[in-house]
Amino acid sequence: MMAALVLAITVQRNLFSAVILTGVYSFLMASVLVALDAVDVAMTEASVGAGISTVLMLGALYLVRGEEAKPIRGALLPLLVSIGVGAALIYGTLGLPAFSDPAAPIHTHVAPRYLNEAVRETGVPNVVTAVLASYRGYDTLGETTVVFTAGAGVVALLRRRRNREHGDRR
Amino acid sequence: MKGDLILRVVAKLFIPFVLLFALYVQFHGELGPGGGFQAGVIAAAALVLYAIIFGRDAARRLVPDRLVEAMMAAGVLIYAGVGIAGLLLGGNYLDYFVLDHDPVHGQERGIFWVEVGVAVTVSGVMLKIFSMFADRGREAELDE
Amino acid sequence: MTSFGGHYSYFVTVLLMVAGLYITIARGNLVKKLIGLSIFQTSVYLLYIAPGKLIGATAPIVAKGYGTYSNPLPHVLILTAIVVGVATIALGLALVVRIREAYGTVEEDRILEEDRGPDERAK
Repeated sequence: MMAALVLAITVQRNLFSAVILTGVYSFLMASVLVALDAVDVAMTEASVGAGISTVLMLGALYLVRGEEAKPIRGALLPLLVSIGVGAALIYGTLGLPAFSDPAAPIHTHVAPRYLNEAVRETGVPNVVTAVLASYRGYDTLGETTVVFTAGAGVVALLRRRRNREHGDRR
Repeated sequence: MKGDLILRVVAKLFIPFVLLFALYVQFHGELGPGGGFQAGVIAAAALVLYAIIFGRDAARRLVPDRLVEAMMAAGVLIYAGVGIAGLLLGGNYLDYFVLDHDPVHGQERGIFWVEVGVAVTVSGVMLKIFSMFADRGREAELDE
Repeated sequence: MTSFGGHYSYFVTVLLMVAGLYITIARGNLVKKLIGLSIFQTSVYLLYIAPGKLIGATAPIVAKGYGTYSNPLPHVLILTAIVVGVATIALGLALVVRIREAYGTVEEDRILEEDRGPDERAK
């Protein structure tokens, strides 16, 4: 179903419907993530992807006045490049462990320690929160700074100086 | 007019529950799915809904621009502040073990404040970005 | 060839990745390119989380009565990645808005023409 959706997004010329379809795609992705036991990630993807991201795109579309024409000029080469990249990636993934293989490397190094020790050391049952805020807390500090920088960047790009408006735009 | 009325009534019923849900997700992030990011985004989404339905002026009266800008920075400072508190109390930077009499309670306290900082910054940034887009369009309309 | 069924999740991921890549490089409209970028990003989330799942295990929240849990480490990485991704898309959209105001269009072809135009006229 997601493949059909992505195909539809590709072909869509009307930008408004493309954005709405992208919101639907985010919701589908969130459902798939729940099926894969990633509940925290699913909640974040649903709220961020289908909520905020769609709103921001619609806001930008409103400012850009939704120009719809996307003339295709020589679409064969990008298609071949994409399919070539896809083939190379599939060839690469054949060497990776099969789905749900308990002996895969990612299950045997650090993860068992986190799962076993998290409640004893931090008193927090949600292991993802414990790892995010405590074991890997430094990374989360960096991420919060990135979010702040993005906000500051948008403010810097879009803030208007009311007195020198017209001289400022060009 | 009628459509307008339905939207406003439904929104007035809906938005307090969404904000409450954001608080719930924030504080239950340790026991179930959730945490700072999700809570911040959900709170921002509730306020964005308010701004869309009731207009930017009403939203600006509710949450002034200065407050949103302050929130953006305050969250990062809270997070860094927890780290410095760890330093001042004798441990390493961002060390939670020294924050309380008992290492496990220290961890819980540290995690709590860190998640609060994250939620404040994320909700502030999302709201600010939306306001920037919305106000830009409004001023373009006023120009023309 | 190694077991086809065991690698199904990778095939889906690569399909989504290829679609996102194609939209980003083949479409001329800047907003469409950003949409393609967002699709590419979500396919990468799938790439990381699918191998973490163990069939028969449950979400990584420790509770009585559950033995095995799915791996929490990819969840942490992808949580960060999602938020950084939306920050990137927001900044990209802000840039598109400014480009629209400066050039009057968001079609890549016309923007390139505008850039090339004045130079050729000046010669």
